[in-house]
Amino acid sequence: MNTRKAGLAPRVLILLLMVYLLVPLLATGLYAFAQDWQNSLLPRAWTFDWFIQMFQDLRFMEALWTSLYLCLISVVVSLVVMLPAVFVITMYFPRWESLMKGIVVLPYAVPGVVAAVGLIRTYSSGPLNIAGTSYLLVGAYFVVILPYMYQGIRNSLLTVSAAELLQAAELLGARRRQAFMNVILPNIWPGVMVSALLSFSVLFGEFVLTNMLVGGHIQTIQIYLYKRVGESGHLASAIAISYFVFILVLSMVLMKLGKKMGGVRG
Amino acid sequence: MKQNRRGGVILALIPFVLMVLAFQLVPVLSMVSNSFHSGDGKGITFGNYVHAMQSAYYMQAIKNSLFISIASSVAGIAIGLVCAYCITRFTPAVRDRVLMVSNMTSNFAGVPLAFAYIILLGNNGIFTLLFKDWGWDVFAGFNLYSWTGLALVYVYFQVPLSLLLLYPSFYGIREQWREAAALLGAGRWQFWKTIGLPMLAPAIFGTMGILFANAMGAYATAYALVGGNYNLLAVRIGSLVAGNVVTQPEMGSTLAVLLALTTLLAVYLNHVMVRRSGRFVARAADKPQPKASVVRRLRPRAREELGQ
Repeated sequence: MNTRKAGLAPRVLILLLMVYLLVPLLATGLYAFAQDWQNSLLPRAWTFDWFIQMFQDLRFMEALWTSLYLCLISVVVSLVVMLPAVFVITMYFPRWESLMKGIVVLPYAVPGVVAAVGLIRTYSSGPLNIAGTSYLLVGAYFVVILPYMYQGIRNSLLTVSAAELLQAAELLGARRRQAFMNVILPNIWPGVMVSALLSFSVLFGEFVLTNMLVGGHIQTIQIYLYKRVGESGHLASAIAISYFVFILVLSMVLMKLGKKMGGVRG
Repeated sequence: MKQNRRGGVILALIPFVLMVLAFQLVPVLSMVSNSFHSGDGKGITFGNYVHAMQSAYYMQAIKNSLFISIASSVAGIAIGLVCAYCITRFTPAVRDRVLMVSNMTSNFAGVPLAFAYIILLGNNGIFTLLFKDWGWDVFAGFNLYSWTGLALVYVYFQVPLSLLLLYPSFYGIREQWREAAALLGAGRWQFWKTIGLPMLAPAIFGTMGILFANAMGAYATAYALVGGNYNLLAVRIGSLVAGNVVTQPEMGSTLAVLLALTTLLAVYLNHVMVRRSGRFVARAADKPQPKASVVRRLRPRAREELGQ
C-alpha cells in the first residue's frame, strides 16, 4: 500500500488513540508530583515529597533489591541452562526442534494462575517441600522466560552461522567445549544479551506467580506496589512511575542494542 | 563416530530437561491428575468437573470471564483495526513513532495500570470528582469496580496488543487491488467488504485468539482493581489456592484445567490462522518491510501479556 498524505480522519483517530493510551500514564506521573489534586484539571501545588518518602522507605529499598536479585539470578540460571541446551539442539539434533518449540510455547498458552496452581500442588508437600521459597520462584521464573531465551539464543546461533563456525574451529583443532566457549559464545553474545535484558524486564513486571507462590514471604517491587496502593495514592504513583521509567530505560537500551547489531535479524 | 559425538553432547541437555520437567511438565500433569481426584483422596472421578458445572458460583465466574474476554477482545480488535488502517496512511517515521508509543504503553499493565485507573476514575478519582464538580451526570452511574470499569481497563491493555499484531497484515493488501476494484466500479466500502476484510480475516481471528487468551488469563489487573469483589475465573482460582496453603486443591485444579483449556484453544486458533495468513502474505512479495529494529523489539513484547 502506498503511503499517501494522511487525511483528516486518520489524523484525528490516531490523535485520539494517543490521548487514550497516554492519559493514564500522564495522570499517574502528575499525581506523583502533586501536593494536592482535587477538583481541578491540574494539580495546584507541586512537590518532590513522595519521591523522597519513597527512597526513605526501607521496605521499598528492600523490595527493589529483592526484585533485582531474583530477576538477575533467574536470568543467569536460564542462561547457564539454555545456552548449551539450545546450542546442542540446534547443532546436533535439529529433528528435536519441533518438540522443543512445543515445550517452549507452552508458557505462552498457559496463564500464570494455572502454572501457579500446578507448582503449588507439586511443591507444597512431599519430599520437595519448597513452597514459599525463592527456589520455587526462580524455577517458575525460568519457565516464564523460556520462550524469550530460546528464541533469542536460537536466532543468534542461526545468524552467525554457528554450524560453519564450529566446523572451522574443529578443523583448526579446537575441542568441542573449547570451540563453544571461545568461538561460538563471543559471537552470539550481543544477541543473547538482548534476550536476557528482555527476559529481565518481563520478570521485573511479574505479579501473578510471585503473589501466588511467595506473596506472603517475599516482597518484590510489584507486591510492594500492590500493598501500597490502598495506603497512599501519591506515594503509590511515585513508585508506579519510577517503575515505569526504569522499564522504559531498559527498553531503550534494548532498542539501542538491537540497532547496533545492524542487519542482524532477531 | 557420529554416534559417539552425540553421546557426549547429550550431557549438555540434562539440566534443561530437569528444569523443564520439574517446573513445567510435572506441575501441569500433577494439576491435571489432581482435578480428577475426589475430595477424600481415592479413585478417579469426574466429580469435580460435575461440581464445577453445577455450582452456580463457579459457573458465574466462568461466564463472567468468558463474557469480559470476548467483549474486550472484540472492542480491542475493532479499535485496533481502525487504528492499524490509519497508521498505514502515515509516513513510516510517524508510523514507527505511533507504534513505539503503543509498545511503550503495553508495558503499563497489571497492578500499575489498575492503579492509574483508580487515580483517574475511582471513587475519589480526578475525573470522577471533576465531573461531579462540573455537574456532568453522564458518568454518575459509572463504577470502576464493576463490570463496566473492569471492561474499560481490559480494553486498555488489549488495544496496543491488537494494533501491534494487526498492522503488518494491512501491508498485504496491495494498492493494485484497490485500483482494479475501483476500475470495476467498486466503491470504497464495497472494496473493504468484499476484498479487504476477507483478506484480513485470518489475521483478525488469529489476533482475536491471542487477545482472548490474554484476557482470560489476566489476573493482576483484576486482582488489583476489584480484589475478590467481582467473580472472575482467574481470581477465583487464585483464592482457592491462596498463598502456599492449599485450601481446596481439587477444585482449584479443576477450574485451572478449564481455564487452561480455553486459552490453549484460543492460542491454537491463532496458530492455525497465522499459518493461513502466512501463506497469503508470502505471495504478496513486495510487501514493504517495516524497520527491522522496530519489528524485532515488538514481536516478543506483543505476546508478553499472555503471562500476566
